[in-house]
Amino acid sequence: MEKQEKGFPYGHVIGFLVAVALTIFALLVVFKTSFATSTKFTLIGLMAVFQAALQLFMFMHMTEGNDRDSKVIHTIYAIGMGIVIIVGSIWVMTAGHSIH
Amino acid sequence: MDIKWDKILVGGDPLLVASQIAIVLTTVGIIAALTYFKKWKWLWDEWLTTVDHKKIGIMYILSGVLMFFRGGVDGLMMKAQTAVPENTFLDAQHYNEVFTTHGVIMIIFMAMPMLMGIINIAMPLQIGARDVAYPQLNALSFWLFFSGAMLFNLSFVVGGSPDAGWTSYFPLAGKEFSPGIGNNYYMIAIQIAGIGTLASGINFVVTILKMRTKGMSLMKMPMFTWTALITSLIIIIAFPIFTIALLIGMMDRLYGTHFFTVEAGGLDMLWANLFWLWGHPEVYIVILPAFGIFSDVIATFAKKRLYGYFSMVLAIVIISVLSMLVWVHHFYTMGVGPTVNSVFSITTMLIAIPTGIKMFNWLFTMRKGKIEFTTPMLWSLAFIPTFLIGGVTGVMLAMAAADFQYHNTLFLVAHFHYTLIPGTVYAVFAGLYYWWPKMFGYKLSEKIGKWHFWLFNIGFNVTFFPMFFLGLNGAVRRAYTYSAESGFSTLFLISAIGSIFLAAGFAALVYNIYWSFRHAERNVGNDPWGSGRTLEWSIGSPAPHYNFATLPEVKSIDAFWYMKKEKKGLELRKSDIKPIHMPAKSWIPVYMGAAFFVFGFVLVFEWHILSVIFGLSVLAGLAFRSFDYDSGYYVPVEEIIETEKWRGEIK
Repeated sequence: MEKQEKGFPYGHVIGFLVAVALTIFALLVVFKTSFATSTKFTLIGLMAVFQAALQLFMFMHMTEGNDRDSKVIHTIYAIGMGIVIIVGSIWVMTAGHSIH
Repeated sequence: MDIKWDKILVGGDPLLVASQIAIVLTTVGIIAALTYFKKWKWLWDEWLTTVDHKKIGIMYILSGVLMFFRGGVDGLMMKAQTAVPENTFLDAQHYNEVFTTHGVIMIIFMAMPMLMGIINIAMPLQIGARDVAYPQLNALSFWLFFSGAMLFNLSFVVGGSPDAGWTSYFPLAGKEFSPGIGNNYYMIAIQIAGIGTLASGINFVVTILKMRTKGMSLMKMPMFTWTALITSLIIIIAFPIFTIALLIGMMDRLYGTHFFTVEAGGLDMLWANLFWLWGHPEVYIVILPAFGIFSDVIATFAKKRLYGYFSMVLAIVIISVLSMLVWVHHFYTMGVGPTVNSVFSITTMLIAIPTGIKMFNWLFTMRKGKIEFTTPMLWSLAFIPTFLIGGVTGVMLAMAAADFQYHNTLFLVAHFHYTLIPGTVYAVFAGLYYWWPKMFGYKLSEKIGKWHFWLFNIGFNVTFFPMFFLGLNGAVRRAYTYSAESGFSTLFLISAIGSIFLAAGFAALVYNIYWSFRHAERNVGNDPWGSGRTLEWSIGSPAPHYNFATLPEVKSIDAFWYMKKEKKGLELRKSDIKPIHMPAKSWIPVYMGAAFFVFGFVLVFEWHILSVIFGLSVLAGLAFRSFDYDSGYYVPVEEIIETEKWRGEIK
């Protein structure tokens, strides 16, 4: 971490540009292409996951500091809970008669 | 602005008019008394701007007791209405409003602040910290809760109460079926309080992970602190779900979106899904700290180390994971099909295993212990069999196929009162009696406490046990009346009589607080129960505002017990006392509470231009906070020596 404070923060600038590019791509995919809706969802979903990972590693010090293990545990726990909430909701709301 | 000024005050009903007059008179009375006794400055300096975790805790508890009264009166009104068949005390609409506010107030504005208050007071003392990690954020949490609670309480005289149940299911709660503003209160008041709760959750996690005293590893923490940690983690995971659900529910009601509507592609049952994704973890949020209180109280008064400490920790961790995996059991009858229902049946029944482990651990803690029947211990002892009834009926309800019979009956109502009242309310009472001397420097009267215990306990069982049978016989919940031919009359009457004892029990608690304030013996010493095991009993009663003159060093679980036994680590030496750095008080939290209150109020009334203006006043508070550079002050050594005089001469 000490090293990064000196000199020009190339990593942060590149990360920022990639994040902006990913956001623009997502908008382009939705508004300017004629893919099927499910393809659009898959594409922007993938870009969202990639961008989240980018944020975690380039800006949020995921792999730095002396408590990196607990950070990794917390992140995995949060991702697991996110999956439960999102996948669980989709499953429940589309199963059986509930959609009708 | 389609809601006019003349619709603001709800009128007509004599009960409501009487309440309006009572509220005005009480407010005038409080303001007059404060002015007459010249207490405004004291109130502002000592309480409104405080960041002391103990004072914030006391304010939480005081608000919780007030809300208990309000929610309790709602409960009594329902019991009065259903005491005899075809009663006309309340009409259908009024009854709907009463059961809705009863549920919301008891869960969100009574159980939550009571437990937040007890965590605030006891947890930093148990881990040997001088305050929570973010003292000003802690004050903000309280004021947001308070402002949400006051906004919600205003609803019954100003604008009308929410009437769609505490679950507020769409589409009923939507604009289509509930055009009035009552349900706006639900969406906005709970949102404001919820922001505060989320902040508390983060605050407590950081406090417990970062501010434990020297030597206190995670596995040496008192059980109450463990449960506070796990509860806070559940808050952080579960509350944002509700935040979002309330936000889009509010968008539906205020700005005409179609998230939960029936038409235009809305998905009404998604509300139920999101509500219970938060709602089920929420009941564990209120029950886990309660388990922690019972663990500490039972170990103290059985005078034994808590049996199976590691399995207790494991059990609460497993409960916290399972709490996120069971939400569908609240709406099996939605028709999600046998696969989904079976999965959620199994996860629900699994919860009985870690809970059972805890039950047996409490029993084994008491085995061969020298049990002392103090009031906190009585509440803990009564908890075990009564909560067991709640748990066993819960397993009955967990079976999806059987649930189609129990669903929406008073059987369910009896079940969740049998879990939440012994689980949470008994624990709150146990915790209040147990830690009261640490808060105020005197014990609550044991004699009146026993009246409180027996009246409340008998009243509770007489009120809610008949409801199991009423439910099995087919009496539905949330129905404002029933016919004489239904044959429900006798059990309903018994239940209503029970609620009078319940109210008498609560009155005994209030009288106890008054009596003890006036007459109880002061100078109870640092360890008033004589058998304290954890660090909070090593400091003065009431706890000094800096908590610990010198930070203790912990070598084992139940550190204070071993310090007493080995007579080591307790003495205070003059050379060890250093000036103590403490956080400064701040006006920003109470300002934020007020700003959110007004902002919420204009949002409720859908005055959109005003809501933009008052929304800016909230942002102004955030801006002030950004330029707040006050880094606190030091408590001088002389003041510490003066405060610690109760220890005798300090060398």
